[in-house]
Amino acid sequence: MTYESVIGLEVHTELATASKVFCGCPTTFGVPPNTQVCPICIGMPGVLPVLNKKALEYSIRTALTLNCDINEVTLFDRKNYYYPDLPKNYQISQNYRYLGVNGLLEIVVDGRSKRVGINNVHLEEDAGKLLHPSTASADYSLVDLNRTGLPLLEIVTEPDMRGIKEAQIFMMTLKNLLQYIEVSDCKMEEGSLRFEVNVSLRPQGQQAYGTKVEIKNLNSIKTALKAIEYEMRRQSRVLDEGNQVIQETRLWDDVEMVTRAMRSKERAHDYRYFPEPDLVEVRISKEWQEEIRRHLPELQDAKKRRFIEQYDLPEYDAQVLTSSKALANYYEECLRVYNVPKAISNWIMTEVLRELNERELEPDEFSVTPVHLASMVKMIDSGTISGKIGKTVFAEMVETGKMPDLIVQEKGLVQISDEKELAGIVAKVVAENPGPVSEFKKGRQKAIGFLVGQVMKLTKGKANPQLVNSLLREQLK
Amino acid sequence: MAKISEDDVRHVALLSRLYFTDEEIRQFTKDLNSIFSYVEKLRELDTEAVEPTSHSLKLSNVIREDIITSPLPVDEALANAPEAETGYFRVPKIIQEY
Repeated sequence: MTYESVIGLEVHTELATASKVFCGCPTTFGVPPNTQVCPICIGMPGVLPVLNKKALEYSIRTALTLNCDINEVTLFDRKNYYYPDLPKNYQISQNYRYLGVNGLLEIVVDGRSKRVGINNVHLEEDAGKLLHPSTASADYSLVDLNRTGLPLLEIVTEPDMRGIKEAQIFMMTLKNLLQYIEVSDCKMEEGSLRFEVNVSLRPQGQQAYGTKVEIKNLNSIKTALKAIEYEMRRQSRVLDEGNQVIQETRLWDDVEMVTRAMRSKERAHDYRYFPEPDLVEVRISKEWQEEIRRHLPELQDAKKRRFIEQYDLPEYDAQVLTSSKALANYYEECLRVYNVPKAISNWIMTEVLRELNERELEPDEFSVTPVHLASMVKMIDSGTISGKIGKTVFAEMVETGKMPDLIVQEKGLVQISDEKELAGIVAKVVAENPGPVSEFKKGRQKAIGFLVGQVMKLTKGKANPQLVNSLLREQLK
Repeated sequence: MAKISEDDVRHVALLSRLYFTDEEIRQFTKDLNSIFSYVEKLRELDTEAVEPTSHSLKLSNVIREDIITSPLPVDEALANAPEAETGYFRVPKIIQEY
């Protein structure tokens, strides 16, 4: 039978604050274990959490951007469960009055706009990290609490996505948006953006939802999509065989590439939420909301319009350059060094994007910084190097990260614009190629291309092409 | 209102990782039932005009600026741990994620 998949997501994103959500510990990624902890996040008795204002503002900013209604009074609750990555044996989260509700995010699928409902947006604290020694005989696990207490924003969608493509576009659109509003770096390899997925199937055309399965442990968009795909196959097999899908939580196994049911005892969630007595209510006034709305960073559409107007770019260029905030920043940093909007845009849309895609890098991780690129384009415009040599220099910058002037100097790539020097080479080429020369003289304009090519060959591409052209025409008169 | 059964008490005890003798379970069941009937009595009050309260304190927005304070030295952080290893807390082996 043909089934339609119904997909909902829970997205967790770590907010980019300097300190943790309820204590002043730093939030740097990748530092030695248990060096960013204090009595509050480590769960010592008698300590008091105090809410980080910036974490709250980032949460409000996100909720507003996702078109949520903001609850004027929002509360924190305790979610109780035992696990070694949770030193207090409860997670401070929100359950009874979320920060934001009833939102929506618009995505574009095959050129058509679609609205995905946002059930709620709420703020909580992240848990720590467990390490399992690889030796089979080891009878222990190791706990690092550096991540414990990082501000974690949970965004819960309605089950509004149909099929894997919509889920993918939603995840990418949301990630892009979170980066645009500067609340999270969304570095999936550092766990700043994680997913839980609800998937159910129903026969094509049926209104009622099928039984849903929740999949946890998805640390990237790629993994989430693989898990959805696997789960759709698994559930359709179950249904085709005339069986029922069991409502359960399954874990994604990234090695075997399958989802697995958890043991029944672990499934029995009983979080016994109750209001967190250590944190008083948070009031978010209309004025505060408006204040935050006024200071929203520029979003993609506005940036695109500005690029078209301010830099006189074609719409296509503006669309590509604003496809991510990081790329748009890269572009504008280039312009601060050398303000030639269209030339820089051309380089970014071709060479830069090709390298970034091939190497799976973000613009800020790229060895060719805006200063590198802008300086190189400037060298082309000033005639120091030709556009062709520019590509050689670019490739060298990608590999070595050296500045373009250093590369040009080291490799002797300076364009030859010395008329005397070039005239000698041109004369040599004319003397050695009587065939094409006579062709040209007979009126075949195209023959000159071959002769220019020969000059370029002799000068290893360093001759100034315009100059070569005019010297040739002069000598062939 | 439904009475608290011994099974309820066992369930809550398990969730809290508390272990009791049968005698203690019987005692807690009795105690909890009398606490619940007292709370039940409060329900007789007319609270129609009273806003739901989550806190007894008339306070809101106790928040701090996003400023880093210095964390504990790792030795101190691990000082109370029954077991530790190379900067980590060491706990009995955990196989499954929750």
